[in-house]
Amino acid sequence: MELWNLYQNNYLIVFVFLCLGVLLPVVALFLGKLLRPYKPYDTKYTTYESGIEPFHDSRVQFNVRYYIFALMFVIFDVETVFLYPWAVAYEKLGIFALIEMLIFVFMLIIGLVYAWKKKVLKWI
Amino acid sequence: MVEELLYSEAGLLNFGIFFLLATVLLLVVLGFVTYAILAERKVMGFMQLRQGPNQVGGRWGLLQTVADVLKLLLKEDTIPKLADRPLFILAPVIAFAPAFMVLATIPFTDKLQFADIGVGLLYYIAISGLTTVGIVTGAWASNNKYALLGGMRAAAQMISYEIPLVMSVLGIILLTGSLNLNEIVEAQKNGWFIIWQPIAFIVFLIASTAELNRVPFDLPEAESELVAGFHVEYSGFRWAFFMLAEYVYFFAMASLTTVLFLGGWLPLPFLEFIPGAVWFALKFTAVIFILVWFRVTFPRLRADQLMEFGWKVLLPVALANIFLTALLKEWLNIF
Repeated sequence: MELWNLYQNNYLIVFVFLCLGVLLPVVALFLGKLLRPYKPYDTKYTTYESGIEPFHDSRVQFNVRYYIFALMFVIFDVETVFLYPWAVAYEKLGIFALIEMLIFVFMLIIGLVYAWKKKVLKWI
Repeated sequence: MVEELLYSEAGLLNFGIFFLLATVLLLVVLGFVTYAILAERKVMGFMQLRQGPNQVGGRWGLLQTVADVLKLLLKEDTIPKLADRPLFILAPVIAFAPAFMVLATIPFTDKLQFADIGVGLLYYIAISGLTTVGIVTGAWASNNKYALLGGMRAAAQMISYEIPLVMSVLGIILLTGSLNLNEIVEAQKNGWFIIWQPIAFIVFLIASTAELNRVPFDLPEAESELVAGFHVEYSGFRWAFFMLAEYVYFFAMASLTTVLFLGGWLPLPFLEFIPGAVWFALKFTAVIFILVWFRVTFPRLRADQLMEFGWKVLLPVALANIFLTALLKEWLNIF
């Protein structure tokens, strides 16, 4: 029961930090609203584009390269999800788990090398 | 007293007390940010043979940042007509909240710490990844070409360097067999991890600089090519919150480096009479200084160099380090 309380309290602290992290910007921006001037005119609210009249919408189709890097990220992030528990429990698992993990990582390295050879990692 | 509090039933009273304590930490962090900015400008000034701030608040410019913050507070708030208004307002909050949240698990000394949760390190890494969402949100909501470019770059860079960062820490987890930051510090009693894990330390330092978007990895906000990157359209206090998030991360990352590699509050041999908090502060300051030093020394990388370095150099090195550590642990049995 005591441990359960400790556990709950620790996560309560995390929640407190979340509340504070959200509250500070909200409060500061609200206070700022009372202090700052407000003198609107049209040109002030145009999008900045180095002084020229802005043209087109800026939400255009974007280079696919970013998407590919995001995919690579997902692959290796999932790998770390598997590596973390393995690393924590390594003492108990021993050499057999090490070899298993080597095989697992080796397969992902093949993927990395493939991407490398396909020039996916090249940023133009 | 705090012990008792932690073992008592979680309720509203506990929430209130924790809230007050966390507010104190928040004020300390804000104070740190104020003077970290001044210190950075001063150190940069001296390294470039100039004075740095020396007008507001005496010869050392002690009130310079305070004046800057007040100015920001009094600035008019502009939201462009074409911007996505709700997202534009939300973005600084999304960027800032995780920056403060990560501080919850960092142990400053064996007594002075907030949440002692079992997965502390994983919590830090998971939460710190959320700031990218805030940055991309801000960039997208601005509806500005520079902002979108900067935001995309920021996202690509932060996800690319998160992988080596996460992988480099694995060596430490292997040696301690725990994700709890307290246990990681305790495990460094017979040698800090900077000695046992030098490769991991170098990878971590580089990757953390990239995660912090600091020079030489400051491409997302490269002033000279993207105007300011993802926060072009932000002004006044909304902008200040992006900056604040950055410096709070600076604080958090320097603390994490201290905890992971420099033995946290542990003293050097024969110097045990100096209290742990002082040790932590010293190591922490050293890390901050090194990061400022980087900023003055290195020129900015090119976008292609940046991405290729992350994936082709840091990632394989970090992976190799994991298995090297596992083998060493198997053979040497130090831990």
